[in-house]
Amino acid sequence: MALFSSRMIKRVLVAALVAIVPATAALAAGGGKAPREQDWSFAGFFGTYDTAQLQRGFQIYSENCSACHALSRVAFRNLMEPGGPEFSEAEVRAIAANYFIEDGPDSFGDMFERPGRLSDRFPPPFPNQEAAVAAMGAYPPDFSLLAKARAPTRGFPNFVFDIFTGYAENGPDYIYSLLTGYDADHVNPEGELGHYNPYFVNGEYIAMAQPLWDGMHVYQDGSPETISQYSKDVSAFMMWAAEPHLNARKEMGFRVMAFLLIFGSLVYMTKRRVWSTVEH
Amino acid sequence: MSTHSEPQAHGSEEPTRRDFLYIATVAMGAVGVGGLAWPFIAQMNPDASALALSTSEVDVGSMQPGDQVSVMWRGKPVFIRYRTEEEIAAADDVSVDDLPDPSARLDIDPAALATNEARSIAENPAMILMLGVCTHLGCIPLSEAGDFGGWFCPCHGSHYDTAGRIRRGPAPENLPIPPYEFISDTTIRIG
Amino acid sequence: MSGPSSYVPKTGVERWLDARLPVVRMMHGQFVEFPIPRNLNYMYTFGGILMIMLVSQIVTGIVLVMHYTPHADMAFNSVEHIMRDVNYGWLLRYMHAVGASMFFIAVYLHIFRGLYYGSYKEPREVLWILGVVIFLLMMATAFMGYVLVWGQMSFWGATVITNFFSVFPIVGDTLVQWLWGGFAVDNPTLNRFFSLHYLLPFMIFGVVILHVWALHVTGQTNPTGVEVKQKSDTVPFTPYATVKDLFAMVVFFALFAYFLFFLPNYLGHADNYIEANPLVTPAHIVPEWYFLPFYAILRAVPSALGGVLLMFGAIVVLFFLPWLDTSKVKSGSFRSVWFKAAFWVFAINAVWLGWLGSKPAEGWYVPAMQIGTVYYFAYFLIILPLLGLFETTKPLPASITDAVLSKAKTKTVASGAGQPAGATAAPETKG
Repeated sequence: MALFSSRMIKRVLVAALVAIVPATAALAAGGGKAPREQDWSFAGFFGTYDTAQLQRGFQIYSENCSACHALSRVAFRNLMEPGGPEFSEAEVRAIAANYFIEDGPDSFGDMFERPGRLSDRFPPPFPNQEAAVAAMGAYPPDFSLLAKARAPTRGFPNFVFDIFTGYAENGPDYIYSLLTGYDADHVNPEGELGHYNPYFVNGEYIAMAQPLWDGMHVYQDGSPETISQYSKDVSAFMMWAAEPHLNARKEMGFRVMAFLLIFGSLVYMTKRRVWSTVEH
Repeated sequence: MSTHSEPQAHGSEEPTRRDFLYIATVAMGAVGVGGLAWPFIAQMNPDASALALSTSEVDVGSMQPGDQVSVMWRGKPVFIRYRTEEEIAAADDVSVDDLPDPSARLDIDPAALATNEARSIAENPAMILMLGVCTHLGCIPLSEAGDFGGWFCPCHGSHYDTAGRIRRGPAPENLPIPPYEFISDTTIRIG
Repeated sequence: MSGPSSYVPKTGVERWLDARLPVVRMMHGQFVEFPIPRNLNYMYTFGGILMIMLVSQIVTGIVLVMHYTPHADMAFNSVEHIMRDVNYGWLLRYMHAVGASMFFIAVYLHIFRGLYYGSYKEPREVLWILGVVIFLLMMATAFMGYVLVWGQMSFWGATVITNFFSVFPIVGDTLVQWLWGGFAVDNPTLNRFFSLHYLLPFMIFGVVILHVWALHVTGQTNPTGVEVKQKSDTVPFTPYATVKDLFAMVVFFALFAYFLFFLPNYLGHADNYIEANPLVTPAHIVPEWYFLPFYAILRAVPSALGGVLLMFGAIVVLFFLPWLDTSKVKSGSFRSVWFKAAFWVFAINAVWLGWLGSKPAEGWYVPAMQIGTVYYFAYFLIILPLLGLFETTKPLPASITDAVLSKAKTKTVASGAGQPAGATAAPETKG
């Protein structure tokens, strides 16, 4: 967990500046409505993924999303690597075996299907984008990078504060907001076929119907079986899928910053010593 | 060097303290450079996707005596040969003492001697599985060739017998046998 | 340059080499004995930082090429392969991507330091022009490198930028097809950009050597703008400049590491995590942040040809700066308040244009871009030529030594204490 909440710092900063620049702040929301910011275990300078949450997120993905959304850059072996969902090898082998992978050619020159192995990547639900559009009416985007590809730009002044608060969770915030942002009571204007969702980046109507409902997935660890919890878990899982080395990155970052602080202090003292005899 | 006009105000500074600071700074810098260098070196090691491909599977159920298949394992060919009676007899008919390389070159048992039995597949001793890479300089030997009816490397003329053992030529070792296991009655997993 | 070198080869091997290729003697003369003004502040450390950043980009780039595939069907996948599978691949790729931004942060500070202290004035015109050449090469390199990722913003950025050349009458279309190697940005474009992206950094390196050579012929400027007159004005490069530059580098690396490890995608664009798709254009095509001021200038006028000419003109005008500024006084610290005001407005205007560059060319943004563009050019073409003729400048110190010693007497903060350039401009420090 983060030692301090970056959102808290940001709220103070925003409150201070919003008073000064109300006009520009209003421009902050680009295409859709600004996503609602959530508390993420992987936010902040010391944040890391919550393994249990990633496992639940994978459950939502495989039970719900995987029928339409590919995860083609993630390999089964990734599910057992440190800093990820960290399933056991036996569990991952069982997951992989549920998928059929096209392989070949065999000695007769024919392609064949075999159960997945650790080294395989998740096979896509549709052979190509055209097939997906033909079946679904719109292309369900691949999940592998979506949490980094759907990061709504943050208007002034937020993008300035983000440097100091270390805010980098635009992607999961957006996905969470989208998944929980459907309005069942909304009546479409005539001729509009999409599903109303004010958070959608590309207009207010999205082709995907609301995918998650309370109680539709059973959690083994006693987490609440709500749309909100499902959405949060799958958003976290998608962030991991897009940035699998986040834990290692932040850990190394801490060590590098500590090194630079100590080395920088030594160099500064050396510099003072060297220049101490020269007015400058 | 120090000819500038400033008085050397701290010229009488105790040299040991200054030396310690300089040495500490240089040492810390060296640690930093070393730490920075490591990722640039490590990136050349086999990556995660290459390591994950360290097993191959092959179905040998339809092989007949005299058949040979090659499967890729870690980017190299592995020979699986279902040998004929004559080839087996020829392989059995050699004393280990007469071999240039007496080791069976088994990945799982480095101490084993290069008898035909040790090198054959235990589940079906007519079959043999080994890496199809000449131990001299890495060429791919031709099968059913050479003076011993086994394999012959065309690059520099190494002759292997029907158990893949070096008999004549520059190659120093028998063809190595990688780890493998039967994962079903007819399927072998290599690696 | 620095007069006869006092280098004395100590060992037999050194004497042997010195008689045949005196490279150690040259390095000793240029980077150990070389006299630097004693009053340089931290704004003068960006040259060394840029050198390190160039090396960093080249080294990380060479390593990334070991895993990258320059093909339209595989480029994006190979970048993701680097990010996911290659040992420390995520680190190396983020170092290269964030490093490009850091390179530009450093080069802009370096340029603005030069603008404030008049580093382009006689006798440093060639030094300045070489710097502008490096800046141009950097922009070309950065643009082509960004295309190699082959994400949506790579592809559409490449399409927009290469289409600049289509606005030229008669030859435009032919020229653009020649750049593309086809009828749109495609695999041939990616391949030639890859080739050039690998080549250009080494050309930059070559021009940097000329830049440093020119610098060591004329010597550095300094915050007073008074040339070095006597030995006491200077200190030897080593250890004085080396240790100070090293400290500045460590501080700069801390900033670099902060973005690299905690905000690696902050300076990039989310759309570049979507693989290039020639059938779908992103809602807003924006270049990387370091091109945004020029992108605003491009779109300030309705005419496409006019916009392109203005944008190139914004760089070309820099080549003529040494002759546009008529002031005899080099350092902005000794010029009138009007110069300081004009300079800081120029700096703020550049940031403002950058922000506008990220906005669509519609509504009130357009007149804002136009005002910003007018000021950008007016600064070089009207303010600097006229101001030098009319302004009243402050009396210059007799020498660097005089300036330093009088400042030490008044017990004011030393200019080398990490103050930004503006702080040294405070008139009270000049007594």
